[in-house]
Amino acid sequence: MSLTLQFVPYNEIEGLSSIGRINKLLKIAKENKIVLLEGRLKKEEEAELIKTTMEEINDDFKGIELGVIYPGKEHGDLLKKLKAGFVELMLGDRVGLTIIGPASIVKEIKKDPNKIELLTTNPTKIGKKKKR
Amino acid sequence: MPKKAAEKKRTEMIGEDKKEVGFASFNILRKFIDKVIGSIFKKKKHIKLGLYGPPNGGKTTLANRICIDWLGEEMGSVSAIPHETREIQVKEQVNIKSGKKELSFNLVDTPGIATKIDYEDFVRKGIKKTDAKKRAREATKGVIDAIKWLDDMDAVLVVLDATKDPYTQVNITIIGNLVARNIPVLVVGNKIDLRKADLKGIEAAFPQYDVIGISAKLGKNIDKLYEALFVLVD
Ligand SMILES: Nc1nc2c(ncn2[C@@H]2O[C@H](COP(=O)(O)OP(=O)(O)O)[C@@H](O)[C@H]2O)c(=O)[nH]1
Ligand SMILES: [Mg+2]
Repeated sequence: MSLTLQFVPYNEIEGLSSIGRINKLLKIAKENKIVLLEGRLKKEEEAELIKTTMEEINDDFKGIELGVIYPGKEHGDLLKKLKAGFVELMLGDRVGLTIIGPASIVKEIKKDPNKIELLTTNPTKIGKKKKR
Repeated sequence: MPKKAAEKKRTEMIGEDKKEVGFASFNILRKFIDKVIGSIFKKKKHIKLGLYGPPNGGKTTLANRICIDWLGEEMGSVSAIPHETREIQVKEQVNIKSGKKELSFNLVDTPGIATKIDYEDFVRKGIKKTDAKKRAREATKGVIDAIKWLDDMDAVLVVLDATKDPYTQVNITIIGNLVARNIPVLVVGNKIDLRKADLKGIEAAFPQYDVIGISAKLGKNIDKLYEALFVLVD
């Protein structure tokens, strides 16, 4: 089984409205590709992404796995935090990385502030599903 | 926790918009106005206390515990199969007392928030295919409603299964959205009766929040939770 990762640079979503951003990202996930978005959505947009995902679920599309990493802010020493705070002030939502994987491919995203682990569904299981 | 500390915590929260800092003075003014208006209407208005979290954390078990303790009746059905609660449930006018203090709120039990729902997971748990599909359809609507209702909450208990990894994106997204809306949050680590429960893990994942460990099923530490409620909605 092969995986496709599609990179979306922040400037491709920067000028879009929240709905535009969500539709763009979800469209890629629905094409069975894993989205690697440079930066982060706004908190409200994350909730909106989940809402829109739920509206689109059907027999073929089972939803998404979502993971946002956001280095340096949550743990670590004070100096690191200050630096991260400064970088954030300059770059805002460009900082970090958002991963959106279709649930049929990505079973779980284990996160850590600086590391992300993608657990993929095992292919024999997908094979079994199709027979049903 | 004093109000100032609570506010500070909120601004320190993961992913909080830095704009909040820039408009701090505006926020202080807004909070002051909120407070004045709030105190005028406080007598009439009922606080909406929401139970939020991923599926199966024990929200409904906790809602039932609160309702039995103070109203003498249950609120909704509980199941080991996720997404048992698929519609928002509201219990109006729950009055709780602690010493001389009294608190009245509408308790809102919400469907669990998830980013994916697969009817085949329900089939694997023994539900018939047509029923599983229906359950999945209803569950997706439930998640949508739970998110829509976020805006209406006055305070929220985020109920987590303490035996599970707390550092998930769904948990972070829920808490981040409450913070972005300025809604006070208390993190509840449930199922501490189980040996696998790891309250320290929850505290480590959400260091900026008050975390309280309970067993909704066995009623462990529920008194502590009631005390914390008075502080939360103060
Ligand atoms: N051991 C233990 N199980 C619990 C506790 N609270 C809830 N449960 C169980 O967890 C499962 C999900 O509970 P439920 O209240 O339906 O979760 P909800 O989806 O968050 O509303 C059920 O099987 C409950 O019996 C608890 O404190 N301890
Ligand atoms: Mg429930």
